[in-house]
Amino acid sequence: MIRIDSVTKRYPDGTVAVDRLSLEIPDRSITVLVGPSGCGKTTTLRMINRMVEPSEGRILLDGADIQAQPVNTLRRSMGYVIQNAGLFQHRTVIDNIATVPRLLGWSKQRARVRAAELMERVGLDSAFAKRYPYQLSGGQQQRVGVARALAADPPVLLMDEPFSAVDPVVRKGLQDELLRIQDELGKTIVFVTHDIDEAIKLGTMVAVMRTGGHLAQFAPPAELLTDPADAFVEDFLGADRGIRRLSFFPSAGLELQQAPIVAIDADAGRLTARTSADTPYLLVTDLDGRPLGWGEPRALTAGSIRPEQLIPYGRPFVPGRDSLRAALDGSVLSPTGWAVAVDGEGRAVGVVSQQVIGAAIRTAHAEGRDDAKAGG
Amino acid sequence: MSGFFDIPSDLQNTYFGLIGLHLREALIPVLAGLLVSLPVAQLCVRLRWLYPPVLGVTTILYAIPSLAFFVVLIDYTGQTETTVMIPLSVYSLVVLVPAIVDGVRSVPEETLAAATAMGLGPVRRYFQVQLPIAVPAIIAGLRVATVSSISLVSVGMLIGNQGALGNLLNDANIYHRPELAVNSVVTTAVLAILADAALVLVRRVLTPWMPKESTR
Repeated sequence: MIRIDSVTKRYPDGTVAVDRLSLEIPDRSITVLVGPSGCGKTTTLRMINRMVEPSEGRILLDGADIQAQPVNTLRRSMGYVIQNAGLFQHRTVIDNIATVPRLLGWSKQRARVRAAELMERVGLDSAFAKRYPYQLSGGQQQRVGVARALAADPPVLLMDEPFSAVDPVVRKGLQDELLRIQDELGKTIVFVTHDIDEAIKLGTMVAVMRTGGHLAQFAPPAELLTDPADAFVEDFLGADRGIRRLSFFPSAGLELQQAPIVAIDADAGRLTARTSADTPYLLVTDLDGRPLGWGEPRALTAGSIRPEQLIPYGRPFVPGRDSLRAALDGSVLSPTGWAVAVDGEGRAVGVVSQQVIGAAIRTAHAEGRDDAKAGG
Repeated sequence: MSGFFDIPSDLQNTYFGLIGLHLREALIPVLAGLLVSLPVAQLCVRLRWLYPPVLGVTTILYAIPSLAFFVVLIDYTGQTETTVMIPLSVYSLVVLVPAIVDGVRSVPEETLAAATAMGLGPVRRYFQVQLPIAVPAIIAGLRVATVSSISLVSVGMLIGNQGALGNLLNDANIYHRPELAVNSVVTTAVLAILADAALVLVRRVLTPWMPKESTR
């Protein structure tokens, strides 16, 4: 565990970058430091590997003061990923990744074997091994950056706005990849970002910092969205806090209806049988069970249903995998107000109305409050 | 043009001998300049305040006429090649120091931060990261220094035929053989062009990591 104990960083000109900050960073999870520029988040991160020395206070790694060991030994035990990757432009991809193992005295051969393993882990084709950084896209460079940080299998990973300089699509891919790698490796990750959405997506714990190096709140993301400590945190979280919080509620418990689902070849009798007062629409699927769209029962003629005339069904969600947010999103996207649930293969497994989703949200909120009470 | 390569006997040298001498008198100073510039430049990178005064000093040294250098040096090193090469070494600093400083400073901030964070100490950082990345800038500086040094060697003729190919200019005058002057100018220019091309080649071999479109 990394314990930041009442640490202050004051520069000679009197600026205070970090002000009596105390944090306990749990092992094998992602702790995100988030805040506006000038809040001291990068300074805090850099104090953990002593690229910045604190003016007061101390930092403990597994109970021992980080000052106790030689600085370069400490740094080699912590992977570091930086914005724009910071690759060595004069070295090939594989030699970049092999940097720390080579510093630790591994043979060239062993370091390269290890580097090749890591390329695979971060999803880089082995064809990139002999290329130079200029031949890679920003996203690929950042993957090399992550592989390089992981090369010597350090228990701690420090990440300083690693995904800020890539476009949103690539960023999402890198975030998903990081979560996947973290599932496999279970590192203690300290992640700095100014993007609250990134913090909420990646963090097991999120430390919101405010200008002047103060800690505003340190909490799991769901709690942050439910109970912002003050106006600053609330403001920093931005709009749609309630909707975003739904990401933390599972959709597994939603009561799905199967009755209003008909295949495109359904006969008149079946169409009538499936129609009832509380299902104003029928979901038409293809012969494999994949949704095509909604239709009003009166407008559907058995044997001649035309997919292009159906009402769009929005975006389906996968119960269990997706959150209530995805379910609600699906229901508001379709003009019918109903969301479609599908299985992993995209076959419709049920439909659910906004009313039912709304009730599920209220229940989840109530349970969340009970948990909060029980917990503290 | 029968006498074009017919070198007057007072030079006690062949045409190719003169070329060898010229290259030696031109290139050793550049090499010496490089050896001095590397630590000076590194000092300027580490101590920012030092850079402007160092630049000022190299510029002032560059402004001293070589003749003045000769007058002073001749008491110590006599009418020798060394007397020619010392000012040339000093002149090369005005190009090499800023080239190396700019090259080392061109290493991106995040590359340096990453190197530090990976546990590379200052020495490793300099030799494994800063210096290799500065190679294109250093070679750009070497190209200018080398070409100018090759052309400057000729002034050595002023202190008794120490100007290698430049001595031919003097001989052209003494013996009324203008073709020797042409020989001197053309050969010196060709040497400069070849040396420059060789440095470009060295750059290409040393920097396979440079984007191709910026290769000249």
